[in-house]
Amino acid sequence: MASSQQSVIYPASTYTPAPAHRYNIGDRVRVKRAFPPGHQRTPHYIRGKQGMIERICGAFPNPEELAYGFDGKPEKTLYRVRFPQKHVWPHYAGPSHDVIEMEIFEHWLEPASHDDGATHGGSS
Amino acid sequence: MNDPKFDYYARKNPEHEHDHAHDDHAPVNEHDHGPPSEYEILSRAMQELLEQKNLITAEQVRKRMELFEEEFPYRGSQVIARAWVDPAFKQRLLADGRAACAEMGTVLEAERLIAVENTSEVHNVIVCTLCSCYPRALLGMPPTWYKSRNYRSRVVFEPRTVLKEFGTVLPDQVTVRVHDSNADMRYVVIPMRPQGTDGWSEEQLATLLTRDTLVGVTVPHVPA
Repeated sequence: MASSQQSVIYPASTYTPAPAHRYNIGDRVRVKRAFPPGHQRTPHYIRGKQGMIERICGAFPNPEELAYGFDGKPEKTLYRVRFPQKHVWPHYAGPSHDVIEMEIFEHWLEPASHDDGATHGGSS
Repeated sequence: MNDPKFDYYARKNPEHEHDHAHDDHAPVNEHDHGPPSEYEILSRAMQELLEQKNLITAEQVRKRMELFEEEFPYRGSQVIARAWVDPAFKQRLLADGRAACAEMGTVLEAERLIAVENTSEVHNVIVCTLCSCYPRALLGMPPTWYKSRNYRSRVVFEPRTVLKEFGTVLPDQVTVRVHDSNADMRYVVIPMRPQGTDGWSEEQLATLLTRDTLVGVTVPHVPA
């Protein structure tokens, strides 16, 4: 068992290179408000919401293709995006500095303007 | 489904006859009642096919299940205890979870790990709203509540209420940072090291780091 496991090459790092990333850490972005058919890893509750790029995770196979037996190529850049809770949930009961973060693929993001508000928040 | 070779029910019948011993197989769950689900049947069929093609053995499957139950659940507390005693290791863990675990000989296989640190200003809590993504190679199998619709749907929009139900009450000035583990990354929380643990060994500290503290629904305490 152990020997067969060791023959598999696992990635050395959590992160992969993302040479062609459109956004940088700190950029303000909006998740597209789109509802296409099929499998997606973009939760419905975050579509149309604005946040800030927290980190770039790298390039990963597109789950929307993988789900149907394709190879997911070309890979898509994956980001972690931080959203203020008060913006995501208008009736959020906690303080305004609470945040929620998640992973969003680049093709689900568009640039957000600076004066839209709702992009502050977070502890960093 | 009349051919006993393909009929799961027929094969479960203790009266049936065939040419292999049942001991070669991974144990079935004795607590299961009623007919197996479609996925159980699929999974059995797949395992039998792979065994017939000599790609895997039942022993490998059994050992794999054993790892998830006997070894993986203790890895997370060992890694975080190391981070508590070794600030340089903690920085490497925060920078790249996979690479830091590999240093300790903990191979996370395909999992990509992000460690998030609790401080006096920030409390982190992990959820997967889309399914039940969980760092299994670090924490073992996810608990039932983690997979429940209740936790998955509520902790994102009323985290403080859900945390309170777990006995974790946070003052308003602490930022609650919820992480939806919705794609390729997996997450582990580095809790704050409790007061009164100066001089404790890594092994002692690891006993405070229960599964729930590493998901962020509770915080570690020194037993009274």
